[in-house]
Amino acid sequence: MDNLGIVFALIGAALATFLAGTGSAIGVGKAGVAAAGVLAEDPSKFGKVLIFQLLPATQGIYGLLIAFIILTKIGILGGDPNISVTAGLLYFAASLPIAFSGLFSAIYQGNCSVAGIGTIAKKPDQFGKTILLPAMVETYAILALLISMLAIFNIPGLNL
Amino acid sequence: MAKDYTYAVARIRARELNLLSGQDLDSLLTCNSYNDALLLLGDKGWNTENISSYDQLLNAENEKLWQFMSELVNDYSVFDVFLKPNDFHNLKASIKAVITDGDVKNIFYDQGTVSAIKIFEAIKNREYNKLPDHLQRCAGEAITALLQTSDGQLCDIIIDKASLEELYSIGLHSDSAIIKLYAETTVAATNIKSAIRCNKTNKNIDFIKRCLARCDTLNVDTLAAAATKGIDEIYDYLLYTDYKGAVDALKVSATAFEIWCDNMLIGKMQSQKWEPFTEGPLIAYVLARDFEIKAVRMILSGKINNLDNKIVKERLRDMYV
Repeated sequence: MDNLGIVFALIGAALATFLAGTGSAIGVGKAGVAAAGVLAEDPSKFGKVLIFQLLPATQGIYGLLIAFIILTKIGILGGDPNISVTAGLLYFAASLPIAFSGLFSAIYQGNCSVAGIGTIAKKPDQFGKTILLPAMVETYAILALLISMLAIFNIPGLNL
Repeated sequence: MAKDYTYAVARIRARELNLLSGQDLDSLLTCNSYNDALLLLGDKGWNTENISSYDQLLNAENEKLWQFMSELVNDYSVFDVFLKPNDFHNLKASIKAVITDGDVKNIFYDQGTVSAIKIFEAIKNREYNKLPDHLQRCAGEAITALLQTSDGQLCDIIIDKASLEELYSIGLHSDSAIIKLYAETTVAATNIKSAIRCNKTNKNIDFIKRCLARCDTLNVDTLAAAATKGIDEIYDYLLYTDYKGAVDALKVSATAFEIWCDNMLIGKMQSQKWEPFTEGPLIAYVLARDFEIKAVRMILSGKINNLDNKIVKERLRDMYV
């Protein structure tokens, strides 16, 4: 039980990667299905629909980034892997914003991308405006990433 | 779990670009000749080469539509609302062909939930149990009525009513608002047309009730009672229903009423242009293609028969795009 702090921190890192990655996989998958539908009819739109498909992929990257920082901070990737239970729980809590916001925002961004792909199929000249709509969903994943990062970077300074 | 139509809808979106707009129909109408109209259709992606008649062209377009739909969905039951009425038509045609020992060439619709030949064979051999449930219920009754009374109209009424009841049932059990809307509008519009026809031919209340099928937007008992009294009573009743807007069209002609119904339906389908996940856009696309094919049939027929463009234009419906 001496390493319980590490266990909590690792669960946090795993959740950040798993939930945000799952959201991205669902979002990218949905947008990919719609993109394949458009390409079956009009292969010339590949470049445009690919951008829509990739939009929900970023949440998975944010989750990975947070997990990587946690692993570095707790010494798993070099250093002394020995932290208190309280610190471990704090790393766990710090991972939650990007884990859950990543999961849900990627799914809804995927839905929004699907709708955008439908619009592009009919009105390719509206690409600039249409791409902004799913990009708006990204805001909330970025806010969650910011809070997770601020929390993780400031945990060592709490004198636990 | 609801079915996901994301792929199908994306393909539909790309195909919607090829649908004929009202402007395209105006261009077709103003073509100097039938051949010019064919050339214009060719430019719009219709396969007009090597066709011997416009019927062949329109049948090919209809086949193309259903071929496309078969690529989009694994479960064809989503299109029951369009296909099952064709089964009833094929049943009616089969019964008459069997009774009269007539030729079966060109009397069946190709698109149905069951093959027309299978229906014909079942009727010919009196093996009603080989028919699907929705046809089995009325097939025996219709053929018995025809054999006992030699009344073709009675046979038609039995099958038409069964068709409307099946359509109502599809709408009732569907989760799709657009399928419900199509089923309800079709049943109600048919009821109104039947009530007016019965009134004009002085049918009694029992006959009228036999024609009308249950639906949610009309009270068929009230409509039947109104039809026995007079045409104005029908109009007065309709003024208190969702079809009050149709009264003016009904006063003009049955065709004007059909145009009103079709325009109302296609108007309500407009919301499907923004729906990315459900079967709604597929239903709307099939309906849009159906309207398009009907419109082209009217225009080409008008060109061949040298009809005034104004007469043809009056009969054209609003387009989906």
